[in-house]
Amino acid sequence: MRALTPGIAPSRLEESAYRAVFADAHPPMSPHEALVAADRCYFCHDAPCVAACPTAIDIPLFIRQIQAGLPEAAAKTIFDQNIFGGMCARVCPTETLCEGACVREAAEGAPVQIGLLQRYATDALMDRGTHPYRRAPDTGKRVAVVGAGPAGLACAHRLAVKGHAVTVYDARPKPGGLNEYGIAAYKTPEDFAAREVAWILGVGGVEIVAERRLGRDMTLDELRQDHDAVFLGVGLQGVNALGAKGEVLPGVRDAVDFIAELRQADDLAGLPIGRRIVVIGGGMTAIDVATQTRLLGAEDVTIVYRRGRERMGASRHEQEQAAAKGVRFKHNARPIRVVGDGAAHGVEFEYVEETADGLKGLGETFLLEADQVFKAIGQCFEPGPAPSLRLNLGKIAVDAEGRTSIPGVWAGGDCAAGGEDLTVTAVAQGRDAAESIHKTLMEA
Amino acid sequence: MADLRTDFVGITSPNPFWLASAPPTDKAYNVVRAFKAGWGGVVWKTLGLDPHCVNVNGPRYGVVYGADRRVLGLNNIELITDRPLDVNLREIKQVKRDWPDRAMVVSLMVPCDEESWRTILPLVEETGADGIELNFGCPHGMSERGMGSAVGQVPEYIEMVTRWCKQHSRMPVIVKLTPNITDIRYPARAAKAGGADAVSLINTVTSITSVNLDTFSPEPSIDGKGTHGGYCGPAVKPIALNMVAQIARDPETAGLPISGIGGVTTWRDAAEFIALGAGTVQVCTAAMTYGFRVVQEMTAGLSLWMDEQGHPDLAAIRGRAVPNVTDWQRLNLNYVTKARIDQDLCIKCGRCYAACEDTSHQAINMSPDRVFEVIDAECVACNLCVDVCPVENCITMERLPAGAVDPRTGLTVSDEHADWTTHPNNPSRCAAE
Ligand SMILES: Cc1cc2nc3c(=O)[nH]c(=O)nc-3n(C[C@H](O)[C@H](O)[C@H](O)COP(=O)(O)OP(=O)(O)OC[C@H]3O[C@@H](n4cnc5c(N)ncnc54)[C@H](O)[C@@H]3O)c2cc1C
Ligand SMILES: Cc1cc2nc3c(=O)[nH]c(=O)nc-3n(C[C@H](O)[C@H](O)[C@H](O)COP(=O)(O)O)c2cc1C
Ligand code: SF4
Repeated sequence: MRALTPGIAPSRLEESAYRAVFADAHPPMSPHEALVAADRCYFCHDAPCVAACPTAIDIPLFIRQIQAGLPEAAAKTIFDQNIFGGMCARVCPTETLCEGACVREAAEGAPVQIGLLQRYATDALMDRGTHPYRRAPDTGKRVAVVGAGPAGLACAHRLAVKGHAVTVYDARPKPGGLNEYGIAAYKTPEDFAAREVAWILGVGGVEIVAERRLGRDMTLDELRQDHDAVFLGVGLQGVNALGAKGEVLPGVRDAVDFIAELRQADDLAGLPIGRRIVVIGGGMTAIDVATQTRLLGAEDVTIVYRRGRERMGASRHEQEQAAAKGVRFKHNARPIRVVGDGAAHGVEFEYVEETADGLKGLGETFLLEADQVFKAIGQCFEPGPAPSLRLNLGKIAVDAEGRTSIPGVWAGGDCAAGGEDLTVTAVAQGRDAAESIHKTLMEA
Repeated sequence: MADLRTDFVGITSPNPFWLASAPPTDKAYNVVRAFKAGWGGVVWKTLGLDPHCVNVNGPRYGVVYGADRRVLGLNNIELITDRPLDVNLREIKQVKRDWPDRAMVVSLMVPCDEESWRTILPLVEETGADGIELNFGCPHGMSERGMGSAVGQVPEYIEMVTRWCKQHSRMPVIVKLTPNITDIRYPARAAKAGGADAVSLINTVTSITSVNLDTFSPEPSIDGKGTHGGYCGPAVKPIALNMVAQIARDPETAGLPISGIGGVTTWRDAAEFIALGAGTVQVCTAAMTYGFRVVQEMTAGLSLWMDEQGHPDLAAIRGRAVPNVTDWQRLNLNYVTKARIDQDLCIKCGRCYAACEDTSHQAINMSPDRVFEVIDAECVACNLCVDVCPVENCITMERLPAGAVDPRTGLTVSDEHADWTTHPNNPSRCAAE
C-alpha cells in the first residue's frame, strides 16, 4: 500500500486518483437549481446580507436578476462592487458573511445560497470571454501598484476603468497573490485564479511587471518619483515563529510555503507528503493544509490548536468540511518541542487552559507521532520593503480611504491594518483606495 | 366524521368535488381513474355535433408561474371534444353504469338553433347521465363560430337555449357562465328565467399569458402566431368568488343552486366557494397540475375542518358567508385597527418597512438594529404590511377598543356602527335617525 510508505514520500495515491482529488468543493448550480434557489430571496429592505458583505454587493438585486432570467445582468451588479466576484463566490466564508446574515437563516436555519448564486451569475458572464467594462479616456496619470493579489488587482482594475495607466509590480512570477499561491486547490480548480486574472486584465491599461520586489529591486521613493500615486497590496510575507524546541528539524515546514508549492505543482504525485501529519494552528491555513494533505494520501492528519474549538479562526463550516475528509482536531494544547533526530518524528504538546491572564500550562503533556509538521500559526506584515511607513498593530496604518502616513501612498488588503484577512476584504480595500486615488489625482 | 354527501339539483355524489369539463374528463380512461382516486363527480368534456372539432397540433397551453415554477395560472386554446359524438356517448353510458354513485354531468355546446339542441339532447339522455351543463363559456375558438361565450355574453340567447333544453329533456340543466362580461348577474338572471336548475361558474377568462421575446409571438405559439386563450387556475379564484357571491346575493337569483369553479386547489378554496353559496365545486387546473390524487387532500381537509368546527354536513356551511358580503358604503367606519408586529416572529427582512415607507403611509419605524415598529399615529390600517410579510401571523391587525383614542385622527373610537351612507362628507347621505 502506497499510503503506508513511511516518512515523507511522493505518490501516496494511485496514479488515477490524482485527477479527482481536488475536484470542485461546491460544484456550480445548474440553471434549474439556480432558479429554485433564487426564488427563496425575499428582496429584503436594506438587506442584512449586503451589510455583511465587505464589498457591499447588492445581493437582493443580483438575485432578482437571476430570477428574471438574466444571470449576466446579475454578474454586472456583482462586478460593479467586486471585480473578484468569481473568486469570492468560491472562497468567501459565506456562513460568517452574507449567508450568516440572511433572514432565512433566522427564519429556517437555511439561508439563501448566496455564494453559489454569485458563482452561477459570474460564471455566466465570464464564460462569454468578454470584459464588461470600458476604460474612461486616458487621464495621463500613472499609478504604481505593488502586489498583484486581490487588493492590488482590484485597485488596478478600478483605476484602469477611471482612465489611469497602472503598472503592477509583483515579486512572484505569476500574478494573483494568494488566489494563485494560497487558496485551497479544491476551492479554485481548473486554474480559475489565473483565468480570472486574465479576464480582469481584459479591461486594458494595466501592465503587470513580474518578479520585481519592492525593497530589493526598487524603493518606495523611486516609485513615488515615477508615478502620481502608489498603492501597496503586498500581503503578509512574514511567518510567526512557533517558539518550540526542534522547530528547525527537517520535516517541519511553514504551511503557506507548502501550499504555494502544492498550488504550483504540475504533477501532484511528485509532491512529497507525510504519512502522519501534525498541523499546528487554528485558522483557514491550518484547515487547508490539513485537508489537502489528507486528500493527497496522508494516513493521519491532526490539527492541534491551543485554544477551544469556538476560538478557532476557521469557521464551524470549514472545520466540519475538514472533519468530513478525515482530519482530526485536538484543542487546548500547545507545542513544547518537536522530537526527532535528524528529522521530525513527533511533537510533544502540553494541555493548556485559557484564563483571564492568557493561556496557562497544565503540566500534562502528550506526544503525537508525526513525520511532517506544518506551522500554520499566522503570517505577519514584513515592513522591510518600506521601512518608513507608520504601522498600527504591526500592519500599515491607513485611514478610512486607505491613505498611509506617506503622502501619495495608499495601502490595502492583508498588509493594511483593519478588517479581516480575507480575499473579499482585500478587494474592498483595493477598490476603495482606487476611488480615493482617483479623487485625489483628479483634484490635483 | 362530517357528511360530505351532496345533493345538487337532484344529482347526488359522495362529496362535492367534481372535475370540471376539460381534459381530465375527456374520456372514460381518465374519468374511471378519477373516480378511483375519489372524485365525487365529473362534468364530461364538452360534446358537440359531428363532424367533431379538431385541435391545433402545436402547444395549446400557456402558463403564469409563481415562485419555484408553481403554476398560478393556466391558459388554453383547446376546443371542445375532438372525438366523435358516438364514442363519447358510449363511454359515458358505460362509466355511469359502472359508477352509479358518482355524479355524471355532460357538458354540451352545439350551434344556437333549436334543431341542433333537439338532436343532441335525447342522445345524452339515453346514456343515463345525471344532468347536462350548457357550455356558454369557452372564450376562444368556439366563440368565433357563434357558440360558447358568444352565447354566454348575450342574456337573451342564454334564456332561449336554456328554455329549449328544459323543453326537450327531462335532465337537470346547469348553465355554465362566462366571466367575460361586465355584470355576472344579467346572464345568471337570464339562465334562471329560461328555467335553469343551476348555474356553474366561472369558465375561463380571456387572456394572453405571455409574449415570446425572441419571436414576438404570443404564447402558446403556433407557427409564430398566437391567439387569446382562456385563463384558469389559482389566479382566477378571486374573480370566481366574487361572481359567485354576486349571484348568491342578488335578490333575483338568490337561492339558485351554484356549482363553483375557478382555481379550487385545496379544501380551503372549496370551503370558501361553499360558504359563498356553492353546492358543489368543480376543479380543472389543480388536477391538470398535480394529477387526480389532489382530491384526497380536498376531501380529508374539508372533513377534518368541518369536524373541528362542528359542522355536521355541507348544508351547515353553505351560504354562511353570503350575508356578510355587502357594499362598500355599508362598511363600518368606526372599526379602527392598527398593525401589530410580533417581535419574536419577526425575521427582520424589512419588507413591511419598504412597502409602508415607499407606497403607503410611512407608519413603520426601522431602528438602526432592524427593529420594526408600527407608528400608530400614522398607520391607516391598510393591511399592506400584513400582506407582504413573509412570515404568517407575524404582523396582525388589532382593533382599537371603543373609548380608545386613535392617535392618527385624535378621535375617540365609538362602538356604534357608522358608514358612508351617513357620513358628513357624503353629498347624498341619508339623514341620521
Ligand atoms: C492558505 C491560505 C488560505 C486562505 N483561504 C482563504 C479563503 O478560503 N477565503 C478567503 O477569503 N481568504 C482566504 N485566505 C486569505 C486571503 O488569501 C488573503 O486575505 C488575501 O489574499 C489578501 O490579499 P492581498 O492582496 O492583500 O495579499 P496577497 O494575496 O498576499 O497578495 C500579495 C501580493 O504581493 C506580492 N508581494 C509581496 N511582497 C512584495 C514586494 N515586496 N514587492 C512586490 N510584490 C510583493 C506577493 O507576491 C503577492 O502576489 C487564505 C490565506 C491563506 C494563506
Ligand atoms: C385545457 C382546458 C380545456 C377546457 N375545456 C373546457 C370545455 O371543453 N368545456 C368547458 O365547459 N370548460 C372547459 N374548460 C374550463 C374548465 O372547465 C374550468 O371552467 C376552468 O378551467 C376553471 O377551473 P380551474 O381554475 O379549476 O381550472 C377548459 C379548461 C382547460 C384548462
Ligand atoms: S397597515 Fe398599512 S399604514 Fe399601517 S403600518 Fe401596515 S402598511 Fe403601514
